[in-house]
Amino acid sequence: MELPVNCPENALIRETYAEEISGILARYPNKRSAVLPLMHLAQQEYGYMSDEAKQEVADILDLDPTHVLSLAGFYSLFHEKPTGKYILEICNDLACALRGADEFVEMACQKLEIPVNGTTADGLFTIKTVMCLGACDRAPMLQCNLKFAENLDEEKFDQLITQLREEAASGDNKPSIVQQIMAYAKPDAIEDGQ
Amino acid sequence: MAHILLRHRDIPDLHQLDVYLENGGYEGLKKALGMAPEEVTAIVRDSNLRGRGGAGFPTGVKWGFIPKHIDPKYIIINTDESETGTFKDRELVERNPHQVIEGALIAAYAVGAHLVFNYFRGEFMDAAHTFETALIECYANGLLGEGILDSDFDCDFYCHYGAGAYICGEETALINSLGGNLGQPWSKPPFPAVEGLYGKPTVVNNTETLANVPPIIVNGADWYASMGTERSTGIKIVCMSGHVNNPGNYEVEMGTTYRELIEMAGGMRGGKAFKALLPSGGSGPVITSEALDAPLTYEGLDDFNSVMGSASVIVMDEDTDMVWAASKMIKFFHHESCGKCTPCREGTYWMDTVLDRIYDGEGSRGDIELLRSVATQIKGKTLCALGEFAINPVLSTINHFPGEYISKTELKTRQLVEDQHE
Repeated sequence: MELPVNCPENALIRETYAEEISGILARYPNKRSAVLPLMHLAQQEYGYMSDEAKQEVADILDLDPTHVLSLAGFYSLFHEKPTGKYILEICNDLACALRGADEFVEMACQKLEIPVNGTTADGLFTIKTVMCLGACDRAPMLQCNLKFAENLDEEKFDQLITQLREEAASGDNKPSIVQQIMAYAKPDAIEDGQ
Repeated sequence: MAHILLRHRDIPDLHQLDVYLENGGYEGLKKALGMAPEEVTAIVRDSNLRGRGGAGFPTGVKWGFIPKHIDPKYIIINTDESETGTFKDRELVERNPHQVIEGALIAAYAVGAHLVFNYFRGEFMDAAHTFETALIECYANGLLGEGILDSDFDCDFYCHYGAGAYICGEETALINSLGGNLGQPWSKPPFPAVEGLYGKPTVVNNTETLANVPPIIVNGADWYASMGTERSTGIKIVCMSGHVNNPGNYEVEMGTTYRELIEMAGGMRGGKAFKALLPSGGSGPVITSEALDAPLTYEGLDDFNSVMGSASVIVMDEDTDMVWAASKMIKFFHHESCGKCTPCREGTYWMDTVLDRIYDGEGSRGDIELLRSVATQIKGKTLCALGEFAINPVLSTINHFPGEYISKTELKTRQLVEDQHE
């Protein structure tokens, strides 16, 4: 892929995800359309939509960085500040709340000793409350780094937290949901029969 | 009755191409490719299939609006499913992806498009694996790309991922979002059929709508129209949630009553009495027991001032505080307002603020009128339908349950009166 001349020195996604990016760009008649997928990748790599992340996406797509800034503020999946390694997004919209989601949020905050939007001191967990995630029949539910965890109760929440702590301690870096999904755009995804 | 849309519940592993093909898969596409594109559109129009995302616009008519002489054209599948209480499209893309792909390819052939995007809300990435895999299977087996099924029809098909915005379910906002812009709606005209994605003719169809298309082409318009009612033909997936014993998706013929739907979902949880339900997620006005025998159709709730919408039925029992429920819903709309037009942006803020005040016992009787006033100022003055939706849960709960609002404001009202007398 041809690199723009103003490529920042600390550019990350252009190297780490070169194949994904060229596959994503090939999908669209207009490369501006690739901005959200690239922002997902940038957030994955930089941890949040930092200035550098926004700049790199803007450079790849020849966009004004302020445009990327406006998108980062508009779409709720983009984080403008650093978060914990695991973002627990609990739905407490009406349909979930009728099945105990508010109490579940309270329980989760007590267990991790943080308020909503807070991050644990070890930097592992951030709790957020979010709008409908399309799993109202399996409430209480949450998404952890976009992975669904459904039909939850206190016991299952404890298990999830234990499992995530173990995963973090083991240094095992399994591909995230974003990495897995964007990998389908790789040009050789068909041959690989992913 | 065997399922027509949720067929994966009857046929294990239907998400795999070979299983789908063994069970009549892509026969609809094959048949369509042997017809003139206009004939395909005519069959869908005659079936009277209407948009399943909630708006209910006739699908064949929508396809018919696409001008012949402007190219390229695009098909977009709307899998931005974000309405509170809605989880039907997710089940389709996760479990029966090929039926959605086949429906979209038939649509593409009918209007002359050669590129299809499936717009998933970003939060559905975890639900998109089977769909992405299904597309790869299609490319590897001559069902996508050049010369589909040895015809001269070429079509590419990709998934696109949003990043969390309810408004992107509105078609012009979705097109803006897919174009790399802020997901905000525009005031129609121009209609997407003429000026859509990249300024070109574009059809945006809901995921469930497109899943209906292959069986319609295979079995004919009359077969489809023989199900349901005269004006609301066919079948519908209903998302049952809230205080029922067995929440989940239920595929039913149009015309099924709301009472029957609650029974299908196992009845009221804990043997509690029914109080109210939201028939179309957060977007439609609440209905009470007087409407339970109304049919699930596009016009079935007309007499009760409500709408079927996307058929996301949120059931509430006797213990539910309706001011709390309204407050939950308005928080949703306040959060999701795209901010482009003032009545929705400011109006949802004020309704949220005033409802909180009432729920906390800090509101006076005048606040109920204030809520009505704000709602009236939003009505008819927003760019898109979503702003209009925001007033429904508020006004309908005030109308049906005025006592709950009044009792919450009694204390403060008495204080105000006493203060005046001092």
